[in-house]
Amino acid sequence: MSFSLFSRDMSSRDMFSDLERLRRELQQTFGGGPSIRGLARGGFPALNIGSTPQAIEIFAYAPGLDPASIEVNLERGTLTVAGERVSALPEGDEKAVVHINERFAGRFRRAVSLPDGIDPEAVSADYREGVLHVSVKRLAEAQPRRIAVQ
Amino acid sequence: MNDTTAVATKTASAAPTPAESALLPPVDVFEDATGITLYADLPGVPKDKLHLEIDADTLTIEGEAQLDLPGDLEASHAEITVPRYRRVFTLSRELDTEKVSAEMHQGVLKLRLPKAAHAQPRKIEVRG
Repeated sequence: MSFSLFSRDMSSRDMFSDLERLRRELQQTFGGGPSIRGLARGGFPALNIGSTPQAIEIFAYAPGLDPASIEVNLERGTLTVAGERVSALPEGDEKAVVHINERFAGRFRRAVSLPDGIDPEAVSADYREGVLHVSVKRLAEAQPRRIAVQ
Repeated sequence: MNDTTAVATKTASAAPTPAESALLPPVDVFEDATGITLYADLPGVPKDKLHLEIDADTLTIEGEAQLDLPGDLEASHAEITVPRYRRVFTLSRELDTEKVSAEMHQGVLKLRLPKAAHAQPRKIEVRG
């Protein structure tokens, strides 16, 4: 593990992003080991994952995509989000000068290992304001059921 | 293209306090003969939560991401930890700040900053 905070060029970075990364690195070091299918940080799109008693909610921050081109797959407990983002920079225009090129371009794929007890048939996905929201329902098994007496 | 000390002092007295941390959105900036085009990734920011400001030669892009989260949601993994984006640029003089146009589509902001007419390239004819 390395603390990259001090080796960075601070003038081109938002200080809070650096502090935030430091905080995460510290958490990673002292907060116990990650799972074998742990999620690597970074990359495109950024992911936020949360859960409720009823469902697992995954948010992928993937702006500027055609919703129809996003591939969301659920196979053997692993959810993958894939697609392609086309560069906005002009190509073949000799007179255009690129000053900053930071936005992701190209094909992407990220995978999320889901916990047991989810219902692979009850998955919904929507894409709004550049955020893909995938909701995976948990199986009803754990919920209390009334059994009719014959 | 960094925010200078002067800019930082100015914005500190305005609405965003230093305690309000914000993410630095990635941008693409390119220039052609007639102006500069900027793209910024602001996923989750609806049009009405986008704040663009040009004050003298300072362009400020700010946005607040909004998500409809279930009330009992328990976060287990978060890469986007602050629902706010902010980035400041210093503009150059030949850009016509009166004619800046902006559009927002699926979380991507596109800004067009045209050059003032006098700053656009002209072909000078050589006589004789």
